[in-house]
Amino acid sequence: MAGNTLTTQEYISHHLTNLTFGKLPEGYQRHSADGHQELLLADQWTMAHSAQEAADMGFMAVHVDTMFWSIILGVIFCWSFGRVAKNVTSGVPTGFQNFVEMIVDFIDENVKGIFHHTNAMIAPLGLTIFVWIFLQNLMDLVPVDWIPWLAQQMGVHYMRVVPSTDVNATLGMSLGVFILILYYSIKQKGLGGFAAELAFQPLPKWALPFNLFLEVVGLIAKPISLALRLFGNMYAGEMVFIIISLLPFYLQWTLSVPWAIFHILVITLQAFIFCILTVVYLAMAYDHH
Amino acid sequence: MNINLTLFAQLISFAIFVWFCKTYVWPPIIAAMHERQKQISDGLNAAEKANQNLELAQQKVEEQLVEAKAQAAQILDQANKRASQIVDEAKDQALTEGQRLKDAAQSDIEQEVERAKEKLRTQVASLALVGAEKILQASVDESVHRDIVDQLAANL
Repeated sequence: MAGNTLTTQEYISHHLTNLTFGKLPEGYQRHSADGHQELLLADQWTMAHSAQEAADMGFMAVHVDTMFWSIILGVIFCWSFGRVAKNVTSGVPTGFQNFVEMIVDFIDENVKGIFHHTNAMIAPLGLTIFVWIFLQNLMDLVPVDWIPWLAQQMGVHYMRVVPSTDVNATLGMSLGVFILILYYSIKQKGLGGFAAELAFQPLPKWALPFNLFLEVVGLIAKPISLALRLFGNMYAGEMVFIIISLLPFYLQWTLSVPWAIFHILVITLQAFIFCILTVVYLAMAYDHH
Repeated sequence: MNINLTLFAQLISFAIFVWFCKTYVWPPIIAAMHERQKQISDGLNAAEKANQNLELAQQKVEEQLVEAKAQAAQILDQANKRASQIVDEAKDQALTEGQRLKDAAQSDIEQEVERAKEKLRTQVASLALVGAEKILQASVDESVHRDIVDQLAANL
């Protein structure tokens, strides 16, 4: 528990609030923790002081913690893998190169099994998704209070360290995948061919509106399900960790250790699912139906 | 669970990381792995080939060994044959030489006998003459009675 002053509900909602930087509208009434009130005379870009403020910022806001951690993790991925790539040897591989090659080979095998066309983009995309999401998910295994506590000491009030528990992050990635799906569908089949695929199946031409509705929903469901599956799993996992941390500290390990061990499976699996489904969707974008 | 600009920020960073991975990470690693795969398969092929060559060489060695053995046996056989031939020849030669020597000795002996006989005959003739001279107490003209004496000698 992060101090006795917080109630259980406050503790949980504190853990589920992102560090948000965004625009508060003109005329917004801000409430500080010490009861001080401030009326904004103009639009103001600022850090949100509470979950309510973060919500009131609407669309014009950025989750600083999500971006910070996801970019840090992405840079760690690029740096460590890039270093191996720079010094890679076709001779006897050693140390970290072994590990990297194992992952690269794993992704390569899977992509080759699913995606039968020539595209230099797909395998690196799969690798990036797998490793990046895995690293994001891995942050879930850091005890839930450690980094927020450190941030608190440094004067940062909110800190969510698992980017994949932020639906913006997962949706951002699946949106990227969605753009690629559209791009390759149109590139492979032409705009007309892609439209025809949406309009003229599964039923014959007379059922065009029905077909269109069905196929468009199916198409949009791809990125949504991709994002929400990852988000849901990670959010739920984090939630369980938070709830476990409400127990007295000498009992927490009885639940947090088994859950963490189980979660190792979940985070790997979710990263893998996101990666494989991306490849499957792109293979479908290539295939003519 | 607020949807906000984070979405696009994440989209952009996602694109950048994918681009980085596609440009700088994936190609060298996969190239090195393929290179290694090729090296290993080449190495295995070479090993296989070397093995085959070794087997061939061993076969050849064996063949050559057999051939050499056969040759050696043949040479030995020939040498033996030749040796016995030489011995036979020597034997034959010795035999004929012996025979020749024997024959020569024989003819020598015969000649000697003949000569002795001749000598004996002449001596007998002269003896007879001497005897007859003695008997007749007269000197017999040797030239007159020569033919009688010769006849006598020839009848001996």
